[in-house]
Amino acid sequence: MILETLGHRFSVVDRLDPRVRTVCAICAALFPLFLSDLRVLVVTLALALALVLYERPNLRALGKRLLAVNVFMLTLLLLLPWSVPGEALITLGRFAYSREGLMQALVILLKGNAIVLSIIALLGTLEPVRFAHALERLKAPSKLILLYLFTVRYIAVLEEEYRQLRRAMAIRAFSPRLDLHTLRSTGYLVGMLLVRALDRSERVQKAMKCRGFAGRFHTHEHFRVARLDGVFVVVLAAVLGSLLVANFA
Amino acid sequence: MKNGALLRLTDLCFAYGDEHRVLEGMSLSLEPGERLGLTGPNGCGKTTLLQVLMGLVTPQEGRVEVLGRVRASEADFKEVRRDVGLLFQDSDDQLFCPTVHEDVAFGPFNLGLSHAEVHKVVNETLDMLGLSEFEKRITYQLSHGQRRLVALATILAMKPKVLLLDEPTTGLDEVHEARLLEILLGLPQEMIVVSHNAHFLEKVSTRIVTLGYS
Repeated sequence: MILETLGHRFSVVDRLDPRVRTVCAICAALFPLFLSDLRVLVVTLALALALVLYERPNLRALGKRLLAVNVFMLTLLLLLPWSVPGEALITLGRFAYSREGLMQALVILLKGNAIVLSIIALLGTLEPVRFAHALERLKAPSKLILLYLFTVRYIAVLEEEYRQLRRAMAIRAFSPRLDLHTLRSTGYLVGMLLVRALDRSERVQKAMKCRGFAGRFHTHEHFRVARLDGVFVVVLAAVLGSLLVANFA
Repeated sequence: MKNGALLRLTDLCFAYGDEHRVLEGMSLSLEPGERLGLTGPNGCGKTTLLQVLMGLVTPQEGRVEVLGRVRASEADFKEVRRDVGLLFQDSDDQLFCPTVHEDVAFGPFNLGLSHAEVHKVVNETLDMLGLSEFEKRITYQLSHGQRRLVALATILAMKPKVLLLDEPTTGLDEVHEARLLEILLGLPQEMIVVSHNAHFLEKVSTRIVTLGYS
């Protein structure tokens, strides 16, 4: 399944107004960018992780998401320090792996993970449809929301079509190898998927026309900001504020 | 009753590109009280015909009359689409909202109904088709049979005067097919049913027309 949920337990975060969650997530995700102190970053990361773990997600699903970010971060950790001048930790001929570079890479790694974790904590557990509704209420561009909703709706259909094509290939004894035949067949597969997706989009458009579509979805979910939302915003602001002070103290 | 026809196509010609002609000089009408069955070989233009009636594709020649008026422009057909419901062959094309409730509510909202009215019509429609338990379900998690019935609900929620059904039984098991037949026979609307399923067509239609290759 491409669309995988975190399988978390219902918590305080789920009781928040989706609009508040979205705005808080944006703030929390931008916040680490302003930090420079390594210790404060570690604390920020720990807090974000604590919030995620508090929601009791499926650890495998969580690990998968973090892995995606950290494969990239690992590359950075391996490569970046070679290009930053400073005190050499390892030398290979003319090249040096510098302490300053390592620090820079570490800062990026911590920031990246803190951002991803806060988004997972606040938005990762929000149902896609409610997120779209929240975005609409927050006056996000409607084209963007439409694209997002269609992705949510059709990603499973496209995945099923992909699987069907793969099965059709497999029953005729196709197994991927490192050769031109594999490359060409995979090209056909991708091309076919695109053609089918285009065809489908045309049929969907017709279906929408038939039902009088005029450019926007109507939502009928009523959001209400409650006291809990206020408390959450205040606590979040207090935490972020103190971290910011600690960073520049 | 020549003038009482709900739908009338006169001398219709339609071709995809220059070569691929599917309809040539065809005429057809749907009279009050009728459930018209339409059958014919693959590629003879049955789906095209339904799309012409909805103004989704434009024929090269011929006259399209819907509910007593000649329809030609996009504005004409916008009106047609409020009164005529088309059930697509593939329900995945028709159901594009994430949840069943939203999908059924989509049409009524576009008709300009208020939240309360939409809510009412959605509940009534789902109730009528025995789909109430699916209201909150995610559409892509439904079975094919359930999806077809939900797709039908999305159309009936707009309270159309005429129904056009494109291969409504494809991919359905016997249980769902029987359920669909029962529902269709219970509906007051006139309809055109396109199908290769002779058995089903026999039971559902009051008249059957077979299209040939043009």
